[in-house]
Amino acid sequence: MNASIAIDADSARVPVLSARGLVKTFGPVVALDGVDVDVYSGEVLAIIGDNGAGKSVLIKCLTGAEIPDAGQLRVEGRPVAFRKPQDARDAGIETVYQSLALSPALDIASNMFLGRERRRDNILGRWLHMLDKRGMRREAAEKVATLGIQTIQDITQVVETLSGGQRQAVAVARAVAFGGKVIVLDEPTAALGVREGGVVLEIVRKLRNQGLAVILISHNMPHVFESADRIHIQRLGRCAGVITPKTHTMPQAVAIMTGAISVADSLPGAAAGNPGRAGDLEG
Amino acid sequence: MSESRITPMTAAEIFRRRELTTMQRIQRALHRHPEISPLCVLLAALVTFSFASSRFLQPSNLSLILQQVSVVGSLAIGQTLIILTAGIDLSVGAMMLLVTMVIGVLAGKAGVPGWLSLGIGIGVGGFAGFLNGVLVAQVRLPPFIVTLGSLNVFIAIALLMSGGRSIPGADLGPFLVATNLSFPVGPFQFTVGAVLVIAMYLAVGFALSQTAWGRHVYAVGDDSSAARLAGIQVKRLLLSVYTLTGVIVALSAWVLIGRVGAATTSSAVDANLDSVTAVVIGGASLFGGRGSLLGTFLGAVIVGVFRNGLALARFDVLYQTLAIGLLIIAAVSLDQWIRGVKAQR
Ligand SMILES: Nc1ncnc2c1ncn2[C@@H]1O[C@H](COP(=O)(O)OP(=O)(O)OP(=O)(O)O)[C@@H](O)[C@H]1O
Ligand SMILES: [Mg+2]
Repeated sequence: MNASIAIDADSARVPVLSARGLVKTFGPVVALDGVDVDVYSGEVLAIIGDNGAGKSVLIKCLTGAEIPDAGQLRVEGRPVAFRKPQDARDAGIETVYQSLALSPALDIASNMFLGRERRRDNILGRWLHMLDKRGMRREAAEKVATLGIQTIQDITQVVETLSGGQRQAVAVARAVAFGGKVIVLDEPTAALGVREGGVVLEIVRKLRNQGLAVILISHNMPHVFESADRIHIQRLGRCAGVITPKTHTMPQAVAIMTGAISVADSLPGAAAGNPGRAGDLEG
Repeated sequence: MSESRITPMTAAEIFRRRELTTMQRIQRALHRHPEISPLCVLLAALVTFSFASSRFLQPSNLSLILQQVSVVGSLAIGQTLIILTAGIDLSVGAMMLLVTMVIGVLAGKAGVPGWLSLGIGIGVGGFAGFLNGVLVAQVRLPPFIVTLGSLNVFIAIALLMSGGRSIPGADLGPFLVATNLSFPVGPFQFTVGAVLVIAMYLAVGFALSQTAWGRHVYAVGDDSSAARLAGIQVKRLLLSVYTLTGVIVALSAWVLIGRVGAATTSSAVDANLDSVTAVVIGGASLFGGRGSLLGTFLGAVIVGVFRNGLALARFDVLYQTLAIGLLIIAAVSLDQWIRGVKAQR
């Protein structure tokens, strides 16, 4: 497949999720200083950057967990303003946050269905809002099994008794099990072993092939270069550029990330033919 | 099961599969079912006190204990909800007295029908709870401080309304004191108030264990920022918990009016702290997210059993206080130990 053709195809389509000029400050700290993001259906957009570059804040602004001070969000071209995470979920955006956002005292099945519990399909459910606990457990177990996550075995195990990697697997399973248009993963493989990390990357590929958009934050460059279609490099609260694994090497990406070189230096005119992104490079 | 594995186990895997010690088994069981420990305490207390006094286990005495704990037990339902969300409510006792005086003044002085006075009282209770909820959820003040403030506000309004005098049951009409009517069930005597409280336990217990709302109460108490990111509307949930607590408190006021036979501010002075005691002895964690209404019910009964049993055994009332104090410390220590389960594995 030819990289420039892929990019041209992208630019003709409407991004499923896009942001323009996102600004987020915490008192004196400027976490985001005017960031643009576009992610298209059927692609994996990786976001890389040093610690504190603003990656997590960026995806929090995209998913309703933080409200940006300025900037515009669009879902499939329509302007949206997320006030809370549930708004983004309703718009089809599922997220694994870096903190995982699991409830330690609840079991795995309860966590997977947290905020979208299923009621019994009878009078008890309709009138008394009674939960369909057995159904949710069965479905949670099925979903975990289809995803190929073997580290989770007993779906009724309480999350606080799981290891860090198992918790991460639960969080990933929760985000991808219910579909959606955009899946956002903030360092989903950081605590995972080689096998489970590979399973998550496999899931990411599967989601892309199903036509979903995936935003993947990772510090693991081999993972990023293996699975990303485009790489958004975040540096000091700004976007230092968007590159692709085809046009850049890992050392180049790291050099841009640390500010040793700029994207323009690394590849004169490489991203041409895409005026939308040329703006990013100057910013 | 380990023999069937093809790959040999590593030392760590063998360590992970080691037999649990008895203590660890107990710790795990208590972690899963927080009401086991209050149940054991209750059974031990029943046995001990039955030796101390022959009257203790008589149906009439057991019926009396149930009536004695009905007011505190009722407040403890609301207290459980709030403690599950990692809060604490110091104002439920004062709120109950406020609602008592609202009902008393309306029915006893203004001549409003009893059922309507109760309805307005429930509205006042719900609104008072809602105000606590706004300060906790919206203004984000610590529940301890919020309810310490509203405790004083509620008690002052209640005293201003009463003018230092109580309104006798004869002025209130039969409906408002009906919670003290009793009827026999076998050898036992149940009051309407006790039945009302048990019904409240069943209804709120159902909501906590069988509905999404109940799950969200636990999730918010466990880790509220995680719950928010998981899509739960934390503010709305906290408002619902505090408002529902206000309604429960108003119903407790009805039970109180029946038991005292009047609307007065001079009763149930210890009820607030006793409600916290019942929740803590019942195995709930003051850190939120862990506990059950069944445990709280047992906790309330334990407090009543200790007070009644020690009194029957002719101990000074100070020994009751001492015993309750020791129970609280034991319950909190036990909770701390149980919470250690998650550190293992
Ligand atoms: N809630 C907050 N309050 C104050 N400052 C914050 C908050 N969240 C993030 N920041 C600041 O915003 C900046 C960006 O943080 P962010 O979490 O996005 O970094 P990151 O790129 O995800 O880093 P890492 O790779 O370590 O996860 C940091 O300087 C951080 O201190
Ligand atoms: Mg981060």
